Amino acid sequence: MNSRKRTRLKLKKSLPLLLMALPGLAYLVINNYIPMAGIVIAFKKMDYAKGVFGSDWVGFDNFKFLFSTPDAWIMTRNTLLYNLAFIVIGTICALAVALCMNEIKERFFAKYFQGAFLLPNLISMVVVSYIVFAFLNTDTGLLNRTVLPALGVSEINFYSQPQAWPLILLIVYLWKNTGYASVIYLAGIASIDPTLYEAARIDGAGKWDQIRFITLPQLKSIIIILTLLSVGRIMFSDFGLFYQVPMNSGPLYSTTQTIDTYVYRGLMQLGNIGMSSAAGLYQSVVGFVLVLTANYLVKKISPENAMF
Amino acid sequence: MKNLYSRGEKAFATGSGVLLAVLAVASLLPFLLIFMASITSEESLIFNGYSFTPKAFSLDAYYYMLAQAQVVLRAYGVSIFVTVVGTGASLILVSTLAYPLSRPDFPFRRVLTFVVVFTLLFNGGVVPSYIMWTRVFRLKNTIWALIVPNYLMSGFSVLLVKNYFEKAIPRDLIEAAQIDGASEFEIFFKIMLPLSVPVLATVGMLTALVYWNDWINGLYYINDPSLYGIQQLLIRILDNIQFLKSGAAGMALGNVVVELPSAAVRMALAVIGILPILLIFPLLQRYFIKGMVIGAVKG
Repeated sequence: MNSRKRTRLKLKKSLPLLLMALPGLAYLVINNYIPMAGIVIAFKKMDYAKGVFGSDWVGFDNFKFLFSTPDAWIMTRNTLLYNLAFIVIGTICALAVALCMNEIKERFFAKYFQGAFLLPNLISMVVVSYIVFAFLNTDTGLLNRTVLPALGVSEINFYSQPQAWPLILLIVYLWKNTGYASVIYLAGIASIDPTLYEAARIDGAGKWDQIRFITLPQLKSIIIILTLLSVGRIMFSDFGLFYQVPMNSGPLYSTTQTIDTYVYRGLMQLGNIGMSSAAGLYQSVVGFVLVLTANYLVKKISPENAMF
Repeated sequence: MKNLYSRGEKAFATGSGVLLAVLAVASLLPFLLIFMASITSEESLIFNGYSFTPKAFSLDAYYYMLAQAQVVLRAYGVSIFVTVVGTGASLILVSTLAYPLSRPDFPFRRVLTFVVVFTLLFNGGVVPSYIMWTRVFRLKNTIWALIVPNYLMSGFSVLLVKNYFEKAIPRDLIEAAQIDGASEFEIFFKIMLPLSVPVLATVGMLTALVYWNDWINGLYYINDPSLYGIQQLLIRILDNIQFLKSGAAGMALGNVVVELPSAAVRMALAVIGILPILLIFPLLQRYFIKGMVIGAVKG
């Protein structure tokens, strides 16, 4: 009796806090949790007349169809390979920029460089697609009208040349993200104990030795954690980079289709809800397993950086 | 102590400076290209293409845009409305949820924090969410479609603010207010919020940037051109430059019907799309770096 009374009192006391949390929780339930229940669509033949929960069950048929098309392999391959390239090359570039930034002691230059690298990160993918268009289009593009003629190369219609896009998208990715990614590494370098470097200098270590034997080992855990977190997101791609930057060009699908663009096209352009939702669920489930694995590993390396 | 720095180290520092200067210029050149292209005469663009060194300058593209101002201004208006309302509503939802979760004596704290964290780990994907917003809430072709789905509250923001409430605001302050008989709402509005301006400014700035740059909600939910934000207007015009003409058929400058300088107008539009970001860039840079550093320390 006594303990029940105490529980009731505690509940009554926390009522205002609960009320305060309610609007935010309601939004999460609607925006995030109800769509989670909607994953049943992947196992149904969606019929709007019958509604989501009234439509007929078809078991794994949507998945069987999806994985019997070449699309499933192409979008999975593209998503994984692009992300792999972004993680490896992106990390190396960000580290290199951070190492160089650390040498800039004048505040004015440090701020100017950082701003120049950050600006591309703050503009929308739509504006990026305009910039890429200014370089690549056949009628007025800088490459086709100025650079290629100067090199004696004939015109290239980039928007129908799939083999050009892995490189183009990698360059766009690095241009947009390197500055932003280097900020964390720079903060990591700044927090390394300076006496380590002083001791190394007295021992006659040069700059490369210092980087190899002090800076990089000290950054090891940050590098591993950021890499693991990216690996956890390896099934997901930046929709804008793969849809808007290639201007949704059909001939490019073999090298620009990722799971995210496939889901969009299936739903909005082809009206193929079954395949689209199957691909979406495939992405969510594999992604979920990878995030849990990544978080588990992060927790082992450094518990304070784990998400939960 | 100066001579502790070897010649190699000095060379590395100089090399770094030179390399970064080159990279910084390379990073900004694409912006220069679209700006130069937007002030090049149309004939020169057709003859030579986009270039850093135009043969003939012209502000025709901007005059044309000025004559079409209602299309661009309307899109700006939509984007500003969406950004202001979205960011304001988001800050309210995020802080009112973060506060109870930050209180160690709140009994549902652990389970509700998990409810927030789980949204970062798993999602139902766009198909169910699209069907829900269009069929159940009927948001298609309403301004709310640009505000409500996806961006109104992110779990990351909630965790960031919750963390700030826990670490930066002393427990004693809350306890003292409770002893003085302050209600939870008074504590929240009179103590927590005023003391959390730095983190709220950071989260608000990041949210505003998301809303301003968003075009994906528009892609899914808006076909009505009168509800286009600036990003969507840009997409529509990149696909079909003729869209601009539909706004005011046969527009006239000094009583002469002007041909659409399409190559230059495209780039002028891109410049107009970047302009607001450039204007508040110093502010953005400061909060962006701050947000990244807080976020990186504890996600």
